[in-house]
Amino acid sequence: MNNVMAISGIVVKELYRRKDFYVLFVLTALITLLLGSVSFFNDAKIVRYLKEVCLLLIWISSLVIAIGTAARQIPAERESRTIFPLLAKPVTRGQFIMGKFLGCWLACGVALAVFYLFFGVVSESRGGRNASSAELSSAAATVGTEAANQVDDHDHAGDGIEHHDEHAVLGHRSVVMNYVQALWLHWMMLGVVTAMVLLGSVVLSAPSVSVTISFIGIVGILLLGEHLNKVALRQPQPLQAILYTGYFLIPHLEWFDIRDRVIYDQPPIPFADGGLATLYAIAYTGLFLFLTWFVFRRKALTL
Amino acid sequence: MRLASPFLLLGLLLAVCFTLATTIQPRTPAWSDRGKSGDVLKLLLGDGRRMFANHFFEQADISFHSGYYPSIFERREPAGKSPMAGGADAHEAHDEAAHEKEMAFLGQPRDWIERFGRHFRVTEHTHLAQGQEREILPWLRLSAELDPQRVDTYTVAAYWLRERLGRVKEAEDFLREGQRNNPESCEILFELGRLYRDSRHDSGRARNVWQLALRKWTEQESGKPKPNLYQLEQIAVNLARVEEQAGQFERAIGLLELGKKASPNPAPLQAQIEELKAKVAAAATSPKVPAN
Repeated sequence: MNNVMAISGIVVKELYRRKDFYVLFVLTALITLLLGSVSFFNDAKIVRYLKEVCLLLIWISSLVIAIGTAARQIPAERESRTIFPLLAKPVTRGQFIMGKFLGCWLACGVALAVFYLFFGVVSESRGGRNASSAELSSAAATVGTEAANQVDDHDHAGDGIEHHDEHAVLGHRSVVMNYVQALWLHWMMLGVVTAMVLLGSVVLSAPSVSVTISFIGIVGILLLGEHLNKVALRQPQPLQAILYTGYFLIPHLEWFDIRDRVIYDQPPIPFADGGLATLYAIAYTGLFLFLTWFVFRRKALTL
Repeated sequence: MRLASPFLLLGLLLAVCFTLATTIQPRTPAWSDRGKSGDVLKLLLGDGRRMFANHFFEQADISFHSGYYPSIFERREPAGKSPMAGGADAHEAHDEAAHEKEMAFLGQPRDWIERFGRHFRVTEHTHLAQGQEREILPWLRLSAELDPQRVDTYTVAAYWLRERLGRVKEAEDFLREGQRNNPESCEILFELGRLYRDSRHDSGRARNVWQLALRKWTEQESGKPKPNLYQLEQIAVNLARVEEQAGQFERAIGLLELGKKASPNPAPLQAQIEELKAKVAAAATSPKVPAN
């Protein structure tokens, strides 16, 4: 464990020596503050567009940091031949992989904490949850009850919509809980991403290839992952079976994206669901790390 | 070969740059009209910016529904008119049940992944209310910046600004901006007329604007195989109300006749015409007070 922690410590130090995080943070802060200074129709209470843009920038930045950091870890050690003294310590290849992963993941966690702190400060300084509980609950109740009266029971029973008026009631504690949940799930997702990219970095030939393919794959899952089953059902066999299998195999990273819940002041997700999602992320992270070790254990260290 | 002094070379290069700049600069405006605009978005994106305008208009609708919105994979048919795309009459007439059915796009989960995934997304259909409608405004403003010829953006934003947020001045300014960008639009003129009548209580100005709107409609739509009859009905009926208030019953009857032709439900308008005709007849038969 000491070996793993020592390697991970070096990776964390590497992140704050490099300029990536600072550049991305300054860029995010600059764009957000610039947009925050814009007045739309002389209304200073408008806040959701700012939350939307800021969270989008945080997601993009975190993915760039996670993918960029993870993709170059192993190739850089091999290229500079520092991997030889490292593995001669003795550090096993499993510990090496684990250390690199832990370092990247912790570094992402530190970066995320800074990003979310900034987001919280900006959001709350603009009025944050300016949609008061009463307003939201009345709006929800209006649409919910009118609809319930008008739409026939059959259609309504099958729509899968939750009409819980009490869910619309948000306290300040719930807002903080929303931020914490968003940060936690985001970090869990970055764990899966980091493990995936590490696997890519030992399978693919160069870090640039690994970065590009990982980025395309991860963004593809985030945008299309949840819809793959719908697409599959419209296809003829055997394409339908192939797509549906892919749908069950891919890690559903989109679950961890609860930006909408934060932006639109939705109630926090139940702890049980958050816990299950965390377990899901740990399982996929473990799977990808195992595969990375499996490929790396017999791989020649020279390029 | 002996090299010239670096300062001389620098001077020469600066002179060349300056000469080229003065020669080329007067010609560049003819190459593209992009640089003429003071608008940063136009400068950066050119005409390609119009592609994004629709996206931001839809983003306003997403915001109006607090994130509960069908993706392209969940739309069964082209989206109907959202309640966000207001207009008071349209809004009142809007069939809530039909909208609710349209928004019940989730259906039963197909598998455990979809069922579990719904815990993390917005699954409750709500509309912004009680002043929260302001949250849609930045997206509409952005949409208008990207595509100034998109008339809906101005009318929708003006409706929410005026009706729900009580910001009449901002609504009028935005409609005026829309009118400058779309001088032939009868929809913007119609919305402007409503602003004058309902918010400024200036029926005279509303009448003038609606008369212009009616003229624009006739110029643009009457020759079309499928004219926008809904718009014609809206203008004609509202203009008739103002004429009636001004005591111009004959003109009001004429306008209601026009509205009746455009309306899918002419019976109520016919009843109003009869009522007005009765008023005209009563006014004609009533004894005149002799002038002293």
